Amino acid sequence: MDSLLNASRPPVFCPGCAHERVVHALDRALTEMGLAGEETVIVSDIGCSGLFDTFFNTHALHGLHGRALTYATGLKLARPELKVIVTMGDGGLGIGGAHVLSTCRRNVDVTLLVLNNFNYGMTGGQCSSTTPPEAVVGSGFLNRLEKPVDIGRVAAAAGAPMVRRISTYDAKLPETLQGAIAFEGFALVDIWGICPGRYTRRNKLSPRAIEARLENLPPLEALTAENAREEYGAAYRREASRLPAPAAPPVVEARCQPVAPGRQEVVLLGSAGQRIVTAGELFCLAGAAAGLHATQKNDYPITVMRGHSVSELILSREAVDYTGIEAPTTVVALAAEGVARRRALLERLDPGCTIVAAAGVALPDTRAKVVVIDFKAHKIKSPDWAVAALAYLARAGQGLTLEMLQAALALRFKGPVLEQVQAVVQQMVAE
Amino acid sequence: MGFAFLEGNEAIAWGAMRAGCSFFAGYPITPATTILNTMLRLLPPAGGVCLQGEDEIASIGFCLGAAMAGAKAMTATSGPGISLYSEQISFAIGSEIPLVVVDVQRLGPSTGSATKGADGDIQFLRWGNSGGLPVIVLAPVDVKDCYTLTVQAFNLAETYRCPVFLAANKEISMTRETVDLESLALPEVVERRAAAGDRPFLPFDGSQGPVPPFLPIGGKRLVRQTSSTHGPDGYITTDPDQIAASQKRLAEKVCAGLEDFTYYDLQTAAGAETLVIAYGITARAARSAVRALEAAGEPVSLLTLKTLWPVPEDLLVAKARPYRRVVVAEMNLGQYAREIQRLLPGHEMAVYGQMNGELITPRRIMEVIRHG
Repeated sequence: MDSLLNASRPPVFCPGCAHERVVHALDRALTEMGLAGEETVIVSDIGCSGLFDTFFNTHALHGLHGRALTYATGLKLARPELKVIVTMGDGGLGIGGAHVLSTCRRNVDVTLLVLNNFNYGMTGGQCSSTTPPEAVVGSGFLNRLEKPVDIGRVAAAAGAPMVRRISTYDAKLPETLQGAIAFEGFALVDIWGICPGRYTRRNKLSPRAIEARLENLPPLEALTAENAREEYGAAYRREASRLPAPAAPPVVEARCQPVAPGRQEVVLLGSAGQRIVTAGELFCLAGAAAGLHATQKNDYPITVMRGHSVSELILSREAVDYTGIEAPTTVVALAAEGVARRRALLERLDPGCTIVAAAGVALPDTRAKVVVIDFKAHKIKSPDWAVAALAYLARAGQGLTLEMLQAALALRFKGPVLEQVQAVVQQMVAE
Repeated sequence: MGFAFLEGNEAIAWGAMRAGCSFFAGYPITPATTILNTMLRLLPPAGGVCLQGEDEIASIGFCLGAAMAGAKAMTATSGPGISLYSEQISFAIGSEIPLVVVDVQRLGPSTGSATKGADGDIQFLRWGNSGGLPVIVLAPVDVKDCYTLTVQAFNLAETYRCPVFLAANKEISMTRETVDLESLALPEVVERRAAAGDRPFLPFDGSQGPVPPFLPIGGKRLVRQTSSTHGPDGYITTDPDQIAASQKRLAEKVCAGLEDFTYYDLQTAAGAETLVIAYGITARAARSAVRALEAAGEPVSLLTLKTLWPVPEDLLVAKARPYRRVVVAEMNLGQYAREIQRLLPGHEMAVYGQMNGELITPRRIMEVIRHG
């Protein structure tokens, strides 16, 4: 197999740069594997490692700093047959740390080559996430205050099934790269090398010193052994193939007559846990079952199981424009939280409006007609008050009919839940 | 005929499926989360991929990779996420990657209010990329629009090879309404234009027209993509003439076709002296206000914009011409009004901006129409 190196764009690294050796080692690995350019994509990060893609006749994607793994993940999941190789420096490792960790956890079949030369070569030799504290770098004293990261151990702890640490000058580099690329899953190779343009101008570092330091680090094989598992894409496709095709949005055909004159504006005021939103949906489905347009605008805080829950509902023969409610036909007040939320609205209600309030819920002075229902006396529990209030309204023919409500229940629920809700409605209606 | 009962976010997801979306990635954020939820239900069983990224930057990055591999991709977020998307959006614009980006706007600035609506990102969507190149932004008014404009957004992304934004709002995205899906006027689905096989592939070749044809990474012919300043071949260039030509092409390509995707509704009233201009959820309050005024014998016309960027300048100038006065209402402190003001210097103008987490009421718009 011929070299995949781009003859018209030879490497342009500083003389003696470790990266250039990695370019040739990668080419050897790819050619020995018999990979063609069109089967391979090199995704490169920013900095000197970001030049890699230009030296190869493969597919290429050069993107933003630290984000190379994000593109690689998208490429691999959209085209599982592609060999995806990412090159990144110790800069990309630091800035894209969250992506490195998540890629380890995810185990997508992508190979990450970390071209680790302990500093930011392109911007002036500043310290990176791997700079030793004793090094003299372009960031003044700052690197003395930070501990360098051993990405090998971090990646292993994050779940990477294959992690290697190797010197650029190790004769086994092409072989190691080949093993990483062939591996079915995420493989990370931490490749230590010399940056003659910046780092070794002020720091002593030789291939032998790199070798010695690598030998002092704990081996990674034992740490990654427990991470062996199915590749993400394969697992994803397997899981997805078991999923049922989703049903299209249900269509509600008009099946009953609406209440004259058609337009109804109802505000449900309650608290979390009172199934206000579900009751609102039922009211709207009831409207749709009578051929009416409906809107449901909800207001609740981001807290769950606590706080107010307000649902504003409009039924109309015409399409609804404004979805807010300023002058409701009906208000259902089931909890102090909801009442507090719409106090101003309650204070200005017209005499034509009816408030259906749960016993014990204090209302501000109002000109509206107030009907108090003691749900507890009906042995109805708080989560069912909203649907019970709808049943009350349906019985009174106020905004909806029982037929509309029954239609909505059948659209929304089935089985034992339907029976349970129907029983609540029955209890209110039978009164 | 029957009604489906959907929220805007569900309609966006179904619209995406209809447009041929095969890849979605997002990070949960109120009020956009239900798009992720719905895509997760719809895409994987259909053979597509739906991912939850470790953050917003990863989510849009996945989409860019997938889009370069040939997939139709979409992501969705809200203001804080759009902020994080910014550098990736710049990449998508400068490197001509088709993508649909949904911004379900919530009250800002910053983390703001998760469950309160706003249209506060309207200028941010336009200018949130380094380099300041123009973008396409569509704004739905209702659930129906959420569906149809999502299909349009995918079509435009493919037609112009660029990210296309859907500027939704919590008040549309999380409000449910009845919609007759069968009656929707949907466009034909547009597919990516592939490069011809009879000549070498240049990924950014502007010589055949403003939008270079496309080939996916992973196909038989090698494709180069880069976020750096590049020539037609996708290699870095420092040639000022080549750079200038490329920037000019990027600036012009989305503007040149504007007439084809200027979406709007115009409701004219005989004898009206005032034209109300609105977009998004506020257009619905404006419609109610205009109807109430009409009933009171005070005719007012209404222009509802659904294409916000590039600014449909010709449309605005032409439609405003018959009127003495223009009223603009929007859920921010007057962002889009700036564009209208610069185009209509001869018109008397009243601008109402509101940023309190509440909908602008028809009553308020009527007051502004009547009294300024």
